[in-house]
Amino acid sequence: MTITPRDITRRQLLARVGLTALVAGPFLSACATGGGGSEAAAPSAAPTTGGASASANNPFNVQASTPLEVVIFKGGYSDEYATQSHEPLYVKAYPGATIKHQGIQTIGQTLTPRFAAGDVPDVVNNSGTDNLDGGALINAGQLLDLTPLFEAPSVDDPTKKVKDVIVPGTIESGLGGDPAKPYTLNYVYTAYGLWYDAKLFEKEGWTPPKTFDEFKTFAEAAKAKDIVPFGYAGKNAAYYAYWMILISAAKIGGNKVLLDIDNLADNAWNNDSVKQAAAAWAEIGKYMDKAYEGLIHTEVQTQQNQGKVAFYPSGSWLEAEQAKDTPAGFEYGMVPTPSVTAADQMPYEAIRAAAAEGFVVPSKAKNAAGGLEYLRQMLSKQGARDFTEKTKSLTVVIGATEGLTLSPGLTSVAAAQTAAGTNVVTFSSFEGWYKELETELRKQTNALMFGRISAEEFATKMQEAADKTKADSSIVKQNRAV
Amino acid sequence: MRRGRPAPGAVRKWGFIASFLAVPLAVYIIFFVSPNLQALQLALTNSRGISPDFEYVGLDNFTRLLDDDAFWAAVRHHGLILLVMPLVTIVIALFFSFLLNLGGGQKNGQLRGVWGSAFYKVVFFFPQVLAVVIVGVLFQAILNPQKTGILNSVLGLFGVDPVGWLINPDLALWTLMGVMVWQGVGFYVVLFSAGMAGVPKEVFEAAALDGANRFTLFFKITLPLVWNTVQVGWVYLGIAAFDAFALVQVLSVDRGGPDNSTTVLPLEIFRQTFTYYKFGYASAMGVALVFLVLTFAALTLRVTRRERIEY
Repeated sequence: MTITPRDITRRQLLARVGLTALVAGPFLSACATGGGGSEAAAPSAAPTTGGASASANNPFNVQASTPLEVVIFKGGYSDEYATQSHEPLYVKAYPGATIKHQGIQTIGQTLTPRFAAGDVPDVVNNSGTDNLDGGALINAGQLLDLTPLFEAPSVDDPTKKVKDVIVPGTIESGLGGDPAKPYTLNYVYTAYGLWYDAKLFEKEGWTPPKTFDEFKTFAEAAKAKDIVPFGYAGKNAAYYAYWMILISAAKIGGNKVLLDIDNLADNAWNNDSVKQAAAAWAEIGKYMDKAYEGLIHTEVQTQQNQGKVAFYPSGSWLEAEQAKDTPAGFEYGMVPTPSVTAADQMPYEAIRAAAAEGFVVPSKAKNAAGGLEYLRQMLSKQGARDFTEKTKSLTVVIGATEGLTLSPGLTSVAAAQTAAGTNVVTFSSFEGWYKELETELRKQTNALMFGRISAEEFATKMQEAADKTKADSSIVKQNRAV
Repeated sequence: MRRGRPAPGAVRKWGFIASFLAVPLAVYIIFFVSPNLQALQLALTNSRGISPDFEYVGLDNFTRLLDDDAFWAAVRHHGLILLVMPLVTIVIALFFSFLLNLGGGQKNGQLRGVWGSAFYKVVFFFPQVLAVVIVGVLFQAILNPQKTGILNSVLGLFGVDPVGWLINPDLALWTLMGVMVWQGVGFYVVLFSAGMAGVPKEVFEAAALDGANRFTLFFKITLPLVWNTVQVGWVYLGIAAFDAFALVQVLSVDRGGPDNSTTVLPLEIFRQTFTYYKFGYASAMGVALVFLVLTFAALTLRVTRRERIEY
């Protein structure tokens, strides 16, 4: 849009009487009403968004002249997808825009002081072991409500809103606060299950077990070949194992079991489904090498690449993470976790799938409009396809893999996704909401899987921890219905 | 009027002293005193560290400490480390420094160290040169629980089954203390050597001429004469016993595990801060830690106080 002198005069006038927000389009109006009681949240975005009014191509009134600061977690996905695709896409849309990029691993330690000081980046990929506590940030009014992003026109087809071009459930996975609002964009479609070497199984004539009885038979067969049937790394990746336990619990008793755990419902951990799942996995744990408790995830993953471990619990980032160490002739495949009982509520095919890898826009960002726009560009087909190509991981953008040749592992994930249909095990929000509980779960999972406690004790100890969390007034409680 | 103005000489004298003191004092206040006071202030709040807004909650954080299992586990571990680690380190360091300086017998009427002492002194100091994290990473390979781990493969030659140095909850803390001793001994060998070098040689020679054997020489002569240095070493090591953060962080299972068996206060403070974002509570733990360290230092200096021997 061309700026006429009259426009400028009117804008200057409005600015002088402090009404800039009135002309600032959908983003600001949403922000001003959506601050959730946080007074500090709204005004700081105003100076950067007082430019030309919104259009389908620029729904947030981004000013190319305002620099954008992006912080990416440089972990399994590295940060090339940002520097070589998403950031150039942003600059292409807003020629002359400057982007300050930072690719780091300790998101929490690096950014906490900046949040405390109010000097925050515009986009944060909040991920990794040392990430920021999303719940705490939301309660402190530090995050921007992303509703305007999901309501904005999509990049590829302005007649469709962003929320209509992404996998259903994505927005819900990023809800937080009370009342719940979408503060996090979870970008990566992640499926969780048991990973194995399809070539090794072919050679040995094994098929992945569909029940825990078959799992035990398989474990004996693998042991006879001097292969550890199932292994995970206790030193830093106990959560890979507790995912499996939670998935099994949900398969036995339905997603309600996991919802109850998230909602700190009374005796949620004492549920029979949890105990049965824990007992089933503890049986498999007996076949593990005790030394695995002292190893880190990459060490066990490398052992799998060397043919020493049959099944490894992980998510769909595994293939990309191990790309450099995977020998020729090793072909990743993923299968669902076996069924525990014949009366399981969910079929064997059910998998845990969730949108993950969160991106947030701080409410005090100097270029919040640019931050939202950056996320919108990420959700374009081009941005999503580039991401899949670089990271071998699927995004939440629908139909973005058209024309791409998928790797064997990703192909098996896509197949598992199709087979599962609507039988999706829900994600566990307590992992982010209640870090105290999560820490305890890691500890007790190691104790269970390496044979120091029974499934019964596991449930009891976790219930104690959950009750303690519930009784702790300093922890802000959250709830979810779906 | 003249009476109120200080004499020019005094101005010059005190101004001179103040000019020297101002910078270090300012640095000390800004970087040591003020953060400590701020921690004390934060310990009385419910700050989450990610926003400038917080409320004062009085002593809530301190009462909360009383039934925090991880906190007490950490305090117990510090107690054990405090009992074992300084003692073992000092005994080994004294033994080595005695050998290096006086243990080699006489030559031309002079006491000397064992053969090659100059070389050993350098070697002993090596661990001190390495950053703690590097020591941790080294020991990751040495203590690897598999039979391919360095220590376990050596033991394997003698038919010993792989030992879970850091994964056995009953053994993990002892293993970590072993690493701390390994890392600390070198520095104290050098410290005690310096202490022994400060004692006039004639004292040792006189004792040797009187027929004192090495045992008597050490316990009756050397130890009393370097007691001041030992006392300093004890305080240093005691304070180190309240740290151990980096080693536990790098080496232990699941940061302080298995089952809380290796956790230490600095690690719990780190967890409360950067995992749970309870800056107020973490500061309360920090204040508790400061009081533990101060109590220890004061007690030690009091208990080990002795008359200084003038040569």
